[in-house]
Amino acid sequence: MKTILNEQQLEITIQRLTHQLLENHLNLENTVLIGIQPRGIYFSDRIIQHLKTLVNPSHIRYGKLDITFYRDDVRTGLHELNQTDIPFSIENSQVILVDDVLWTGRTIRAALDALLDFGRPSGVELCVLIDRRFSRQLPIQADYIGKSIDSIITQKVKVYWKEKDGKDEVTLL
Amino acid sequence: MQLSTKHLLGIRDLQPGDIQLILDTATQFKEVLQRPIKKVPTLRDVTIVNLFYENSTRTRISFELAEKRLSADTINFTASGSSAAKGETLLDTVNNILSMKVDMVVMRHSASGAPHFLSKHIPAAIVNAGDGINEHPTQALLDAFSIREKLGGLTGKKIAIIGDIMHSRVALSNIYLLKKMGAEVTLAGPPTLIPVHIREAFDVRVEYNLRKALEWCDVANVLRIQLERQNQPLFSSLREYSLAYGINKRLLDSLGKEIVIMHPGPINRGVELDSDAADSKQSIILHQVENGVAVRMAVLYLLAGGASRSAQ
Repeated sequence: MKTILNEQQLEITIQRLTHQLLENHLNLENTVLIGIQPRGIYFSDRIIQHLKTLVNPSHIRYGKLDITFYRDDVRTGLHELNQTDIPFSIENSQVILVDDVLWTGRTIRAALDALLDFGRPSGVELCVLIDRRFSRQLPIQADYIGKSIDSIITQKVKVYWKEKDGKDEVTLL
Repeated sequence: MQLSTKHLLGIRDLQPGDIQLILDTATQFKEVLQRPIKKVPTLRDVTIVNLFYENSTRTRISFELAEKRLSADTINFTASGSSAAKGETLLDTVNNILSMKVDMVVMRHSASGAPHFLSKHIPAAIVNAGDGINEHPTQALLDAFSIREKLGGLTGKKIAIIGDIMHSRVALSNIYLLKKMGAEVTLAGPPTLIPVHIREAFDVRVEYNLRKALEWCDVANVLRIQLERQNQPLFSSLREYSLAYGINKRLLDSLGKEIVIMHPGPINRGVELDSDAADSKQSIILHQVENGVAVRMAVLYLLAGGASRSAQ
């Protein structure tokens, strides 16, 4: 087991990503953030915490998206369902999808399908904490990346969050 | 996360955990039904046949809508106008349909136990949409979902089921479900329409006085008086039934508390339920119909996952 990001590095990385988002989406006027259930939510919650200290909180529009119904592997087994909560229209908005780990790209494919059922955004970007390079099964790339790592398919990336797991850490198993 | 059964033949075979899982899953599907696009691609590779050997409006439309909202392919079969009228047996009909690569069967039949019989002979997952006077599990599930939505839970809630208990598959499924989920149940109606040993068999109360049942309950689930059984001498006339067991607004207002009115449909207005009660604020009858789609989506979704697992 190898630590990829410790608590302090994780905090700094999230701060950097928050600033990068603001660089491209000043004041968040037409921008919405959507975290992907279940584990992307912890990451997007942290980004929102930081954003609240940097921009007018009333400008922040934040939703949660569960992609279970859009998965391509329903037949091989069922997954835990989570809440979808997008309490605003995404029509003509800039959407930033937020997830913890980008690996095969299949989750993001499902998320894009799910998202388009809520309206037609003017653009969609992707923000991930960990990018597992060279392991994509679909042509999907992230716009904002916390850290890129090289890993083989049998390895596992585990992201721990204080709220859920009692510690902040990213490890490679 | 999966059901303990491969088919949904009746509430009788379900564990409390299964019921909980179906209701929780239905909550997520209800959210889907509020979206601008009320459809998800979840079951796009699943084909479902709706096999209706008995008349139905609500249940059939509800199942078909649930299947379409899940992007499943559907075929509809009604006994009238099919080869069943030429004498083909149930098993032959179903095997012929299944040979065209159908994954699930939704079935209504006038013979109690027909889906149970079928489940022993075919590999596809079966959903019972009502069999004779036995069970109507999805109706009980959507009733429970509606109660939970209105009152916040089922445990300890007092439910009165009123009317023709003897011939009602809705009543039986409701009794199984409510008892499994820890609710209290009173059956109310004329003695001729309530089976004699049901009190001992299900640990329920029996009350022949409508007013007493209503004063006791939080929810009154009013059953349809089956007009097609009018030639049986179980009560003297519809008018007399309505006088003794009909629910109207005046009666509800005189109870001193607000109870919830439910009805599985179709309503005989002026017999078991007067219009002023059926259309009042206390009635959640149309919510039941709305919730029916979400609950059936949940059932189909959970069984589709299970069906393929066992095939692999």
